[in-house]
Amino acid sequence: MINLFYISTEIFLSLSILSLLLIGVFKKKSESFIYNFSCIILLVGLAININLNPQSPIDLFNNSYKINYFTTLIKSVILISAFLVMLCSLNYVKQNDILKIEYPILILSSILGMIVMVSSNDLIVFYVGLELQSLALYVLAAFKRDDIFSSESGLKYFILSALSSGLLLYGCSLIYGFSSSTNFDLIYQNSESIEYGIIFGIVFILVGLAFKITAVPFHMWAPDVYDGSPTSVTVIFAILPKIAALTVFINFLYGPFLEMFDQWQAVIIFLSIGSMVFGAVAAIGQKKLKRLIAYSSISHMGFALAGLSVGTNEGIQNSIIYLIIYLIMNIAFFCCLFMLKRENQYFDKVEDLSGLSKNHPLLSLSMMIILFSLAGIPPLAGFFAKFYIFTAVIEQSMYFLAIVGLLSTVIAAFYYIRLIKVMYFDEQKEKYDLNHSLGLKMILVISSTIILIYFVNPNIINNFVSDITLI
Amino acid sequence: MNFPIISSLILLPSIGALFLFFINSKNITGIKYVSLFVSIINFLISIYLWFIFDQSSSEFQFVESRVWIKDFINYKVGIDGISILFIILTTFIIPLCILSVNSSIKNRLKEFLIAILLMETLMIGVFCSLDLVIFYLFFEGGLIPMFLIIGIWGGERRVYSAFKFFLFTLLGSVLMLIAVISIYWIAGTTDVEELYKLGIDPKYQNLLWLAFFSSFAVKTPMWPVHTWLPDAHVEAPTAGSVLLAAILLKMAGYGFIRFSIGLFPVASEYFVPFIFVISLIAIIYTSLVALMQDDIKKLIAYSSVAHMGFVTLGLFTFTQQGVEGGIFQMISHGIVSAALFFSVGVVYDRTHSRLINDYGGLVNVMPKYSILLMVFTLGSLGLPGTTGFIGEFLILMGTFKKSFLVAAIASLGVILGAAYMLWLYKRVVFGELTNQKLLKMIDLNKVELFILTLLALSIIFFGFYPDPFSNTYSVSVENFLSEYNDKLNNYNLQNQ
Repeated sequence: MINLFYISTEIFLSLSILSLLLIGVFKKKSESFIYNFSCIILLVGLAININLNPQSPIDLFNNSYKINYFTTLIKSVILISAFLVMLCSLNYVKQNDILKIEYPILILSSILGMIVMVSSNDLIVFYVGLELQSLALYVLAAFKRDDIFSSESGLKYFILSALSSGLLLYGCSLIYGFSSSTNFDLIYQNSESIEYGIIFGIVFILVGLAFKITAVPFHMWAPDVYDGSPTSVTVIFAILPKIAALTVFINFLYGPFLEMFDQWQAVIIFLSIGSMVFGAVAAIGQKKLKRLIAYSSISHMGFALAGLSVGTNEGIQNSIIYLIIYLIMNIAFFCCLFMLKRENQYFDKVEDLSGLSKNHPLLSLSMMIILFSLAGIPPLAGFFAKFYIFTAVIEQSMYFLAIVGLLSTVIAAFYYIRLIKVMYFDEQKEKYDLNHSLGLKMILVISSTIILIYFVNPNIINNFVSDITLI
Repeated sequence: MNFPIISSLILLPSIGALFLFFINSKNITGIKYVSLFVSIINFLISIYLWFIFDQSSSEFQFVESRVWIKDFINYKVGIDGISILFIILTTFIIPLCILSVNSSIKNRLKEFLIAILLMETLMIGVFCSLDLVIFYLFFEGGLIPMFLIIGIWGGERRVYSAFKFFLFTLLGSVLMLIAVISIYWIAGTTDVEELYKLGIDPKYQNLLWLAFFSSFAVKTPMWPVHTWLPDAHVEAPTAGSVLLAAILLKMAGYGFIRFSIGLFPVASEYFVPFIFVISLIAIIYTSLVALMQDDIKKLIAYSSVAHMGFVTLGLFTFTQQGVEGGIFQMISHGIVSAALFFSVGVVYDRTHSRLINDYGGLVNVMPKYSILLMVFTLGSLGLPGTTGFIGEFLILMGTFKKSFLVAAIASLGVILGAAYMLWLYKRVVFGELTNQKLLKMIDLNKVELFILTLLALSIIFFGFYPDPFSNTYSVSVENFLSEYNDKLNNYNLQNQ
């Protein structure tokens, strides 16, 4: 008898999705209700998930699904950030006429896909989760149907993502062929001798995953898709799939392929250096905030990957800390974007920030804190994120990676402080609206406060991850 | 139970800044009084600290240590005879900066004072942190307020200057961050006291030294990475220039003593010729450049580079006189350059021109100002009886012990210094009153007179009677140098 109790989060989410779909079909004008209810569902899911935290790791379904502290933590992070994302984008969604019943339901399905991905211990389960997540996101990217850019971004994302899924699937089949199993534990046992087939398989899987977290050189889709999608979807792209995909990176690399550390380490270092440097350089010329944040997230993923490339528990833990701080900063940044609105029109160009500090001192203050933090200037949270990563990197004497990474932060600092320059040193423009929803304001205030005073007690986030030992 | 006096010294300005944040920005007098009050209280605390400080001990005193990041870094602060003087310099200059904003800052006064108070927190933190990571946080954290001070309240080319300042400093510092983390993995701790005891393996020292050097050289600033300084000085508002010249530059000099020399004695000895050469270039070259400036602030900025060249020269002689001279020169330059920038600010507020050619004959309309400016000019060129003399004299004395040639060339810098300062004074103060605008100039008002007189008095007083300073640091320097020589001898013995 399989103990279904341990997957009640997943069951709860699936049942809610189905029932919300039914309600949406049979009840007219229920968009708002479904949106609000999905937020509550995410919170309930979070509560269930935290309650389920097992004392010892649990394997389910013939060892193809695992629940342990690490997966529970990541699932909670995903659920919390999904809740925050939905809460802060509520007004945007309403005013841009994308509040259809499908919208919250698609978000919930992609969350469900991510949760399955995180817990998967089998190539097939993993792939099912990945596709559930991706398919929902394709539709979301193209959700603003009348907008040509939104349709373009949806199509672009779909084609490129399908290509990467194909590569990934090919990698999975190679691995299955050479290790005669799809189960992570069995792959680990069967692939002790170094075979080229397995290495090819790993590389293909890494390519597919690198595509999901927009690591260079598989990043080309990101700026266009980020820019074209509605902002409420861009914030999802910038945060949620990255958490899930990076967790899968960890699950793969430090699970079945741990013994082949020497083989994949070079690949990860390459992805990491490429992303850090390219993300920093390419963002300099951007004129739109959403494109800029796309390049900035490419660069940030490079840092998170740097933590994974060291092959120690500290490296993994520090990558997760990095990811958590990254998502706080990004949610806060998008909150600021949602506030740049005048008469129901939203603005997302760099020049729209001009002179913001004179009209909206508090908004620009929090934006400044966020930008300095993204640039990694002490004593803000973003500095600590980088500091931990490089502590782990230097422990393994990987000085080249550390120096390249830190020099790229200097380049990146240039475009972040350019935004601050626009806000604080340039001439002011018209005022923006002030009637923002309470949730949006709360999230912005809380997240920028966390960024600002994180240094007072850094142990709060560190304690969460210090128990994660995968090796 | 010991009262955490150093932490309160660090925290008090931040609390003041937080308080200011909640005051209505239209209440200008309230804002000024609150910030002035906070900074004066801080000054009094630091003076009290100086009184209860035990000058006969070379140990770190008032040490506070607390777990900060579990199993990794402790929050540790404390002072010795060297750092306390820099703390007093900081707390002394800040109230004067706040007093001076009356006439120079027109808009966003509240934000400006918040930035100044945050800077005070960070600068005091730099001078008393006894952990490398804590030091780095304070050292780098200063970038944010200073960037805003230059960028928001600066002159015409403020954006360019602010960016240059920010990126130059950041580029230097990231290498230091790598070195700090490396030290943690090499020695197992970032606690400075522990590291002094343990020592760092000599085979790593050269690289680590270079990484620290890259950061301090930008901040000092040393030739050839000094180019951000003239820009930053010229564009920053008066109070910003004063902060930069008086305190920010000293953070690097202090870093050289505490970290470069203290932690890496073998490497420091190895790089002495290198430091001597670039210090000499800084002294001679920037003095020549200063001669050719037509902008008053730029001239003073280049003179700062030359003076800091003397400081690095003195510190790296590793003689009692040289190191003491370097420290004294830093304190003296802190007071003198602050005074000079305040003086420039006084005339700039009236005419909005920094060009030397727009002035001339000021003595006719501003006699009080001219007298005080004379004192500062003489202090800057190192006339006996001013603080500038003691610093330069001790440095040259220490340098003579090491190398006659270096000292001889450096002495040329003293002559050049006299040349550009006196020439500046002549062109600004003496001569015909040609510019009609200057006829309407009013002499110093009460606040300006107070600031400048206080600075002039301290230049002359400590010029004649330097004992309060030298007594404070001499034991620490003596002990510092003997430890340095011990470590060096040990290393040489091992290699024989």
